[in-house]
Formats: sequence, C-alpha cells, structure tokens
Amino acid sequence: MSSAEVTVIETPAWPDTYGSDAKPRVGFFTDTSICIGCKACEVACKEWNGVPATSYEFTGHSYDNTGDLGADTWRHVAFVEQRLPVGGVAEGAPDSFVAEAHRQEVLERSGIEAERDGEGMRWLMASDVCKHCTHAACLEVCPTGSLFRTEFGTVVVQQDICNGCGYCVPACPFGVLDRRDGDGRVWKCTLCYDRLGDELEPACAKACPTKSIQFGEHDELRARAQERVERLRADGLAEARLYGEDPGDGVGGAGAFFLLLDEPEVYGLPPDPVDTTRDLGEMWKAAGLAAGAIAAGVLASFAGGSR
Amino acid sequence: MPSLGTSFGRGGATDFQQDLQNSDCIVIQGSNMAENHPVGFQWVMEAKERGAKLIHVDPRFTRTSAMADLHVPIRAGSDIAFLGGIVNYILENERDFREYVIPYTNAATIVNEDFADTEDLDGLFSGWDSEHGVYDPSTWQYEGMTAKSAAGSRAQGGRSGGGEQSHGAHGAGLSSGQPPSRDPTLEHPRCVYQVLKRHYSRYTPEMVERICGVPREQLIEVAEALCANSGRERTSAFAYAVGWTQHTVGVQYIRTAAIIQLLLGNIGRTGGGILALRGHASIQGSTDIPTLFNLLPGYLPMPDAEAHQTLDDYIEEHRPPAGFWGHTRSYTVSLLKAWFGDAATEENDFCFEHLPRLTGDHSHYATSFEMRDGKVDGYFVMGQNPVVGTANSKLHRLALAELKWMVIRDFSENETAAFWYDSPEIESGERSPETIGTEVFFMPAAAHVEKDGAFTNTQRLLQWHDKAVEPKGDCRSELWFTYHLGRRIREKLAGSEDPKDRPVLDLTWDYPTEGAHGDPDAEAVLKEISGYRLSDGGAVSGYTELTDDGSTACGCWIYSGSYADEVNQAARKKPGQEQNWLALEWAWAWPMNRRILYNRASADPEGRPWSERKKFVWWDEGEGRWTGYDVPDFVATKRPDYVPPEGAEAEEALRGDDPFIMQADGVGWLYVPAGLQDGPLPTHYEPQESPLPNPLYGQQVNPTRQEFPRPENAYNPVDGQPGAGSFPYVMTTYRLTEHHTAGGMSRTVPFLSELQPEMFCEVSPELAAERGLEHGGWATVVTMRQAIEARVMVTERIAPQTIDGQRIHTVGLPYHWGGKGVVKGDSANELLSIVLDPNVHIGEYKAATCDIRPGRRPRGQARLELVDSYRAQAVEGSGPE
Repeated sequence: MSSAEVTVIETPAWPDTYGSDAKPRVGFFTDTSICIGCKACEVACKEWNGVPATSYEFTGHSYDNTGDLGADTWRHVAFVEQRLPVGGVAEGAPDSFVAEAHRQEVLERSGIEAERDGEGMRWLMASDVCKHCTHAACLEVCPTGSLFRTEFGTVVVQQDICNGCGYCVPACPFGVLDRRDGDGRVWKCTLCYDRLGDELEPACAKACPTKSIQFGEHDELRARAQERVERLRADGLAEARLYGEDPGDGVGGAGAFFLLLDEPEVYGLPPDPVDTTRDLGEMWKAAGLAAGAIAAGVLASFAGGSR
Repeated sequence: MPSLGTSFGRGGATDFQQDLQNSDCIVIQGSNMAENHPVGFQWVMEAKERGAKLIHVDPRFTRTSAMADLHVPIRAGSDIAFLGGIVNYILENERDFREYVIPYTNAATIVNEDFADTEDLDGLFSGWDSEHGVYDPSTWQYEGMTAKSAAGSRAQGGRSGGGEQSHGAHGAGLSSGQPPSRDPTLEHPRCVYQVLKRHYSRYTPEMVERICGVPREQLIEVAEALCANSGRERTSAFAYAVGWTQHTVGVQYIRTAAIIQLLLGNIGRTGGGILALRGHASIQGSTDIPTLFNLLPGYLPMPDAEAHQTLDDYIEEHRPPAGFWGHTRSYTVSLLKAWFGDAATEENDFCFEHLPRLTGDHSHYATSFEMRDGKVDGYFVMGQNPVVGTANSKLHRLALAELKWMVIRDFSENETAAFWYDSPEIESGERSPETIGTEVFFMPAAAHVEKDGAFTNTQRLLQWHDKAVEPKGDCRSELWFTYHLGRRIREKLAGSEDPKDRPVLDLTWDYPTEGAHGDPDAEAVLKEISGYRLSDGGAVSGYTELTDDGSTACGCWIYSGSYADEVNQAARKKPGQEQNWLALEWAWAWPMNRRILYNRASADPEGRPWSERKKFVWWDEGEGRWTGYDVPDFVATKRPDYVPPEGAEAEEALRGDDPFIMQADGVGWLYVPAGLQDGPLPTHYEPQESPLPNPLYGQQVNPTRQEFPRPENAYNPVDGQPGAGSFPYVMTTYRLTEHHTAGGMSRTVPFLSELQPEMFCEVSPELAAERGLEHGGWATVVTMRQAIEARVMVTERIAPQTIDGQRIHTVGLPYHWGGKGVVKGDSANELLSIVLDPNVHIGEYKAATCDIRPGRRPRGQARLELVDSYRAQAVEGSGPE
C-alpha cells in the first residue's frame, strides 16, 4: 500500500466542532521493533506531567516493575521474553549428549524444562500509551464533560472538572483509564496537550533515543507505519503487524497505534478492542421499544382493571 | 587506556558514535550498549536500518542482544580466547587487508631473536622474573633496537603502577638504535605477522568452544562476518565498555580487538574503529586531565621519585625519536608554566621539582589497603561512592574507619558518608559509631545544571554546559570547592619559608570569580587548559604552537585549541541537522577537533581513498594538502611520498604514509614491543576465580596480575584447592539502564527507583532447579568476602554452558543498590575481591566465583557466621552445611 491510500480519519467531535481552530489530528506511531526498553518515555512522561511514582516492588515480570498503564503510569514499557528456535547451531555440538542428559535430569527432578543450546531468545519491548481512539468510549460516557476531544483530535481529561465518578474506567476497552489512589479522579496521557500548544512534541517522543515513539500528524504517521511494516515483512518478519491503525477496527482506529512483532495478546493488548458505546444507540433503541411495550401492557392492564 | 594507546598511539576511542551508522558490521562485546549507552545506540540502530550486521557477544542476553542479528553467549572471562579465535581465522585464511597491513602496521617488523612466546613457555613470555613476579621486557623489542632500561623495567621492578603503565596510555617509546628491520613479504619467521600466526595457531574454533562455551559455528559466523565486511569497500566496528576492562587481563582484551581491527584495516576509517564506551559522563575527561595517580594532564607520565631528578631526566626518558611525542618537552614546560607561572623559569627547571613524584602504587585500591593499615590520615571522596561502587565493600568501610578525617562531596548522604553509623559491620557489632574515630565532613554538591563546565564524552568530545539555575543552599560546584580550598590553604601558608610549602605557594591560583559565592570563571580555566602565549596572553591555536622555552602555558596539551581564537570551542552548538554527520561545529573534540583518529589511514599509501564508498580523508595534489570530511589527523601539507631526511625528529621523522602519528615508528602495533606489563601479545588466562583450568597453558592466571592476599580480601579457592567446590558458579556484575553506577543519582530519584526497585540476581531455570531457587523469591549469594541477598529472577536470558563436559552456570548481579536512598538493597560489590590488571589497576568485576542458596541472608552476627563457614571450608576442604 502506498501512502496515497491513507486517508484522514475524522472523529465525531473533530475537526468539525472546532471550525477554523481545528489543528491537524496528531498521534503516536510506536514502532516496537526498534524499542530498546530504556524506559526513558516513562521517566520523561512523569517528569513533564508531574505524575507520581507508583510502588517500589520487584514484580518478577522480566524488567517491568511498573506493571500496567494507570493513573500513575501513562507510558508503560512491556517486556516479553520468548524462546524461539534459531535452527542449526545445536546439531553436532560435541557435548550435546551430556547437556541433554543433564536437561533430562533437571526435568525429572524439578519438572522444569530447561533451555536447549542453540535455541534463540527474543525479548520484545513495547511502550504502551492511551490510544486516543477515534471512537472514544471514555469521552462518550463522561457525565461531566471532563473528558473532551481537543483541537488536535486527542482525548484529554480535565482534572478540575472530573468528579471521580469512574464511568470511564470500565468504558475503556484498553484498561487505560484509572482513578488515582487517594485522589479519586481519573488521570491519563494527555498527549502532552500543554506541549502541543507550544508546538513541542510530547515528552515521551522527545526522550525516545531510537525513534521507536514517533509523534506527528496522524495521516502521515499511518503512511509511515504502512511502509515500515511492509519492509519488515519483506525482511522476513512475517508476524509484523500494525495494531490500532485500521479505521475499520472496533474503535474506528486509534490516534496512538503500534507496530508489533507478535499477536497483541503477547504484549497484553486486547486483540479486538471495541468501543463499548458503539452499540449504545441500538441498545437504547431496543430498550426504548421494550419500555414502550411494557408501558403499553401496564396501561392496558390498568385499563382492564378499572373496569 | 594503554591498550588503545600502545596499539595506535592515543588512549581514546578511535571513532565517534554517530559514525557507527556507516559501519557494515558492528561487534559489541564487553558492553551492553543499548542499556548503558542508549542514546549512542541510536546510531547502531541506524546502521542496522542501513543493512549492517549487528553482533553481540555477552554472557547474558540483554537489551543489546535483543536488537542484534546474532547473540553469542560467551563464558564470562574468556574473551581473549574468542577474539584470538578470530585472529587465527583471519590469519589461517589470509583474510587480512594486506595492502593496509604491510604499510600501516608493524606486521613486517622483525622481532628480537631472544623473544620467546607463551606457546613456547607454557603461558609465559620470555623475561619472566618469578622472584619479583614481573617481566623484564627487553627481549620483546624489535630486532636492532636496544631496549631502554627506562620506566619499563623500573616500574616492573616492584613499583607496580609506576612510570611504565602510564606510558602505556600512549605509544611507548622505541629505544634508540637502528631502525627496525622489516620484511614486507611477511615471510621472515620472526616478523610480527609470523609471530602472531604462531601465537594464535591453537586458538581454533574447537579450542574456542572448549574455553568459551561458544559453538564453533558461531565463532566462524562472527569471524566471517567481520572478514566479509572489511577491506576497501566495507568497514566493521567494535564497541566495548567495562565488560572488557574489568578483568585481570582487561588491557589485553582490548589489545586483541586492536589486532583484529588492524589486520582487517578498520582503524582510521569511516564505519570502522574501536569505540571505548565510557562508564559515565566525563570518564574520558578524567583520564585526559586525570584523577589518576600516575598521569599528568594529556597522558604525560607522572615523574618517578628516583629516576626523574631533573626535567632532562624526565624528557630523556619520555621523548621518542619520532612522532608527536617528540615534543614532550614543549608539552611539559607549557604545563609547568600554566601551573607555576612566573615562578617557573629556565634556571629552576620550570619548577619541575614541584611536581609530585611516584614512590609506589598509589592507586585507589592500594591506598585503601594502606588506609586499612592506618597509614592514611585524610581522604577526599568527590563524586564517588566506594562502599557501593568498588569491589570488596567491607574492606573499604574498615579502611574508612581508620582515617582521622574524610571529606565527602555528593548530592545526598550516600553509603560512604554514612559508613560510620549505618553499615553491615555496625549491624553485626564488628564496629560501632562510638569506636570509629573518623571525622566526616559532608559537603553538598551542585549538579551539572547548577554550574558551568564541560563534559568530555566517550568520543573525546568536550561539550560545554551552562549553569541553568543557582545551586540550592550550601551546594557548590567542584570548581568552587577546589578553588576556595586552595585559596584558603595558600592564605594559611602565606609567608612560609618551609620549602615543602613552595609548590602550593608558587601555584597560579588567580582565576576571576563571579556571583554571590565567588564562583571561579570556568571559561578562564578552559583557556588555561587550552593554552596561551605569555607575551600577550592570547590563546594558542593548538599544540603545535606550544614551545619548550617557557613562552607558552598550557594545562593539557591534547586539549590545546579548545579555546582557540579566544572562543570557547566546546560551547559551539550548531545543530546536527545543519551539518554533515561529523558535526564539526558541535562542541570540540581532542585532538584538534578530529573526529576519527589516524584518519590518514582512510586513504591508501598514495593518498587516494580506499574506495568511493569509504572516502573520508585524502591527498589533494592540486592544493598540495590533505583534505576530506574530517580534520586530517596528519601534518596537513606532508606529501604521501614524503621520506624523512637524515636526522629528522618528532613528526618530521615519520613518512608520508605513516598514519599513526603518535607512534615512534608511525604504524599501528599488532605486537607491542614495550609499554605493557603483561606481554606483547594477548594470551588467554583464566580469571583469578574460575571454575575451570586453563586448557591452553599450564599458567592458569595472568602471572603479572596484582593480588592483595589478606584475610579481609580472601580469594575463593579454585580448582584443586580445598573448598573450591563451595564456589561452583560463575558470577558477573553489571549495570541496568534504570540506574546509574553506585546509585547516587538514581536510587535517590523516585521515577528511576520504581523502575528497578530491588536488588535481584539473574539465574537460569536450570540453576534455579539445581539450587531450589524460586522466581520472585529470595536468594543468598556467598563468597569468601561476604553474603548478600537478592530477589530471584529466573530467566532464560542467562543460559548455562557446557564446557569440556562440565555444566557452567552464571549468576548475574546488577550492582546498584546500597543501604541509602529511596530504594535499598545489598551491594553486589560486597562479594568481589580486589585483584587487578597490572597495567591500569582495574579490578576483576566481571568474572568471579560464588555460591548461591535459596532464602534471605542471615542478619547481624549470623551473617558473619555464614561467611565464616565458607571460609572454614577453604581450609578444611569440604562444602558448607
């Protein structure tokens, strides 16, 4: 696919509600194939946005100790250790019988399947963030208008309006929205709304040393992502894929999308996220019909009863 | 950096990180570049994007390995065998870049017929003095050269760390005599090429597999990748860090890479080189303008108390007949003029006698042992946290307790500052605050954004930073502290007639100050470093302007030119996007703003680029000068066909096709005839603590390593000694991206602390099963020095190896934690012993042995008892429990 085929995706409240104040929609393209897991994005985000540290506990989840996106973690780097066959090397190694015998012994004694010489490692690293969905359920369900769509097409919480009702928390198909302990309000990535106003790129993208996190105009990023994934596939990475880039997906495409090297589940991402308010209209319609039928029945019964 | 210094002439990375994008193959070994140099690593990623092959050789699968095309898991401490295997592959298959090797290296030079190799003497070179444990290097010389009994032999006669090793920071002098004999056919049995070939002939893929645990196919794959990506059209680069330096043979690790890169013609060329990745900001600067005991600024050796009574004695020894070191007198006299000003005159040897003299090994570790013995009264600790960052933490704490006073400057009270009331020895009752007499002065330090100054980074680049905010409270810069301390001392000594006070009173100590606290002007210091004429006070343009008659002053000759034209060249900040990849107008690199050293070698002997693709610096016949992308690292107008006339000196004594202009013979040294303590060629020795015998030689360990066999620094028994079975595992220490060295700048920061909050150890599933270690649980790691605890990370990233039928497990230990800060934990350095490389006194942090057991360590006195139980086994011979 060439870049010419990428079209601008409009969101329900952008750009039309902004009129001439609308800015081009911006987003992130996070290319996990070149993420080195340095976590500079996590630190830069916290420094710029004044997000507090979470807990100081060893999780044992590879090199990830911040766990997940949440009120206090707006960028989160996942670490996935995989063992993959690389082929060829172990064959004919002179000590392979000894090694094999040892592995069998370990397996029998402990039930642990030990590694085999010549098997390759893969260590996936990926920086996750709020997706700034085209169809953002969080925003739809927010009763106070705290969550809103900006002139850049991004989704932002206004903390001075948020009343901590938490409706948005289960609405988010990615589990991004979260209330802060001891505060009650919802906090999440603003795509550095304050920096955008000063024509600065978001802190995480600025800090990323390998350009794994790329910030830019949404349609341009999508074109770049297409080229990149095609190149990686041509280089033999058959599993390389874009995630959140497709306007046909359940959230109408994400403002922050990703290039992954494996199934989304491997990274802890939902395989088929759906805007939880997508069917609300249909549901209300159905509910309305049902309510009408009930009301008619009740009226009928009263009518009958008055007799 | 004696390894790079002796091989090429200067102790600095030969290339710059941005140039890695032009490499066709990059081998990262002894470095975890993605984790510890993530910003520089972007250029490795860029090279990869352009199709370069990326190879990572490391005991662990790290974030660097994750980005590599090939990860080669190597047993910690066996790199010379692996690299030697590559040398052997190149030579056996004649894959060397012969058109480069013959004119640009000493391959053709004939070695003295008395030289005997480790292959002949079962792991020793000729000249071994078993009584003193040192080499007499005279037989290592080239044929026709009479070895000087200079710094080398004196230093090696027990003054370990004296003149010679500092000499190694640059190319050692060749002694006078006939010019070395050469055989350009490389057939003479004693030419360096043939010596090299014989020396590495047993480093076969099979032998590499036996020593390193690396499948032979992988060795061949790496060697082939390097050969295929070197030559006229292609170049390969090596990057290393402390994973190579921190061994008892660390200097020789780097030397082996230097041999590979010279044989393949990768030095002085774009996309080639050896990148010495430094541990943290301005470590390069701390050897250029050294915090080392045995060097003066610009790698001038520290004078020796016996040998250097006069300036002439000193110059005589340290001035080689050819190359830029031929101007050693100008550099030294200009330094003395910078330091002693008007007091330094021709008549008084320019105050040469004011300089400190070496009387022995005054390195950090040796001083700690002296301190432990009560021989040191006072101690300044600035920007260091030795009880966390240095091997054998307990030894250091016991030593600090013997001081009368300690001044420590840091951002916050660290473990070293708190040693007298908060330490394992206090907990165990071995020491108590009441009985420690050390008076501790804690001085809060300003951070880099709170002061003006320069960092010299890993690629010799001086980058100026301006003060952004005033330091808070009593925090002050190092410059402020040092200047005002000196000023106050001088005030106290004013009028003294005591000759020992003269050097302090004669110092030029007159920097202009500014601001409420009287901060010295950092640019005035830079100007002094860069150099000026005494006649008019004007800045010199570079070191070629320095004189030996006292008419110039220069604080560090290699930095000369950093203030040329009265402009702070280090403060230039033209953005990279507005320049080519060299960015010559961003900051300033020593020497003379050159970004690739020895870049004359990027052209063939006639001065033509080796290829259009690798064009870099070349001879312009029309202009009659060298030109190209970089500042030529050569006399700009010296023709490629220049032949020195009889009696020429210094750089004029080098030919027009001698690219290594700091070397006395103008070529890169495959074989180092002088300048290193442990031999002219790298040879595989096992680490001090190893679970395996050395299959190559009867000589198990580097014979010249520096040991400190004392009870508080007991070494784990090894193969054949009682108790060796108690320490069956290899351990290696390292850093994580999330923390900075001893933690002073990261464990105090919540955002960094949460990313790696607890000390942990990395073990394979197989080792976990063998020892009953539970993922996420606790383990206790034990050596003869100490026992520490760590959370357990069971991971396949740290794979065991099968070596000669024996299963070898490695325990991985990050070393960042201590007892202070937002997050706390035991320090890995508690476990390590002090045993050093003889050339640079760097400890063996990367390979040792240990035991590991499930559960947390005992507390207080019981911790001592656990360690004692292991110590008892070393005497009695059976395992603990």
